[in-house]
Amino acid sequence: MDWQAFWLTIRLAVLVAALLVAMGLPIAYWIAYSRWRWKFLVEAVVALPLVLPPTVLGFYVLLALGSRSPLWRWWQAMTGHTLAFTFTALVIGSVIYSLPFAVQPFAASFALVDPKLLAASATLGASKLRTFLRVVLPLSTPGLVTGVALSFAHTMGEFGVVLMVGGNIPGVTRTVSIDIYDQVEAFNFSSANQTALVLLAISFAALCLVYGMNRKLWELWPWK
Amino acid sequence: MQAAEQIVSAATMSLPDTLSVRVGKRLPGADRDFALEVDLTISPGITILFGPSGAGKTTLLDCIAGLTVPSSGQIAIGNKVFFDLDREINLPAQTRRIGYVFQDLALFPHLTAAKNVAYGLAEATRSEQRKQVDTILESFRISHLRERRPGEISGGERQRVALARALVTDPCLLLLDEPLAGLDAPTKSKIIDDLRAWNRVHRIPILYVTHSREEVFALGEQVIVLENGRVVAQGTPHEVMTAPRQETVAQLAGFENILDAVVIAAHEDRGTMTCRIADSNVDFETPLVRVETGSALRIGIRAGDILLATMPPQGLSARNVIPGHVVSLQQRDVIVSARVDCGVEMEVQLTLAARDALQLQAGREVWLIVKTHSCHLMAS
Repeated sequence: MDWQAFWLTIRLAVLVAALLVAMGLPIAYWIAYSRWRWKFLVEAVVALPLVLPPTVLGFYVLLALGSRSPLWRWWQAMTGHTLAFTFTALVIGSVIYSLPFAVQPFAASFALVDPKLLAASATLGASKLRTFLRVVLPLSTPGLVTGVALSFAHTMGEFGVVLMVGGNIPGVTRTVSIDIYDQVEAFNFSSANQTALVLLAISFAALCLVYGMNRKLWELWPWK
Repeated sequence: MQAAEQIVSAATMSLPDTLSVRVGKRLPGADRDFALEVDLTISPGITILFGPSGAGKTTLLDCIAGLTVPSSGQIAIGNKVFFDLDREINLPAQTRRIGYVFQDLALFPHLTAAKNVAYGLAEATRSEQRKQVDTILESFRISHLRERRPGEISGGERQRVALARALVTDPCLLLLDEPLAGLDAPTKSKIIDDLRAWNRVHRIPILYVTHSREEVFALGEQVIVLENGRVVAQGTPHEVMTAPRQETVAQLAGFENILDAVVIAAHEDRGTMTCRIADSNVDFETPLVRVETGSALRIGIRAGDILLATMPPQGLSARNVIPGHVVSLQQRDVIVSARVDCGVEMEVQLTLAARDALQLQAGREVWLIVKTHSCHLMAS
């Protein structure tokens, strides 16, 4: 088992999940509460990664990060480095690819909060931000856990986007799923199997957390 | 109430201000559009907002609270303007300082009673918060619930927590949307006492929505009757409820019996007239009003204003004694409602004890006794 690839993947997944909380909460808030008539366009864009082949997504991300794009020039001017085939590129691609897995559960749980509670909070003098922090967020915990766990697990296992934007550089962009692919290519089935089992266990644990949370697992928790 | 007086010293007293509301609000509906169009002045004290569901009561409260934007008009309390379409003023709900108790209370389910009550005191220091919360919890007699969540306490306790949460913020106006619906009478009257005591010290306007006639008489200094988005009657409970001009008000005011009738004779000398109930040969003697013989009108009679006798009564001052028989008896709480057929079907209310003493049952022959002045006349 390639531990370097394993830790790289964990680092990537944690970072992506954290970024998705930071970016996903405001996007989800806007989707849940905006009454803009063209809102559906934004919802469709956010959901695109669900149906788009990862290679297509990866291809466009690669173009966007390539030497001809304004983003590349900006990044080059800011840091003096290129973007494509770096860990940063991997993070950018993964954030886009996992966006719906975070935003959709967040938005769904925000929309479930009784609007009367928001009205009550406003009449009690609370700003929109305070209402969000004190009422909406605490009542959306299952949706938050679902979003974080799904985007973490989804990033752990992605392949197409990573291959397109990151390539296969050990210690930089070589993730577990690419490692498995390489092992199989080299007919190294037992090693591939070990790594695959670890991924399977992590994904299963993440989903258990999601479904357990939605069933209020903590009420059954023996050590609380 | 001593605890209520303690609140005064804790909160800064503000001068009582009058609420003036002149708003129009159009809401698209499935069958037809609904339009609210009211012009009201509401003084400090309790004003009851009364009306059938769909009359626009909650819409009116939402406009005042800033949760719904009116289509036109102006809302102000004292000289503080909440909303003015012409001057493009629309204060957001969180800056209006209005206490609002919602129909379904809207307590925060994840917070304890104490934290729910403290929610509106964000700007106070922690020790000040604690002091104010303690005082109000005590004055509403719910100190023992402070660490419990809304899901763990009874309906009446939840209603007290919701009231305390709205009152502790020292609002300049209080909106109560059926805050006591579904409570039993003793609990209700205790909470009403607490609210009145609070209002005696905090002279702010309170707009209180209710369906219940008992609450109108128990609470209201003023009543406003809303129907179809318009004010149809306004005055003291006594003025509005005892002399209703409109049939909807009459039904709301508890006239269980509303009968179509025709004037057949006027007795100028006695100050009464005889009216025949439509499609029957039942006559009622009613107070005299200025109408032509032969004109149609409606008679409203409260079910509780009718006496029942099981033998032909004699030597009575009441002018209307009408024979009939009991069709059915139905017990509601501690009241028995009897339907009596005497040519027309009438509802009569009596106590459990009266039913048992008279051994009433379906089919029993009875006489209805109605005083002339229990017959309230309305235009048909």
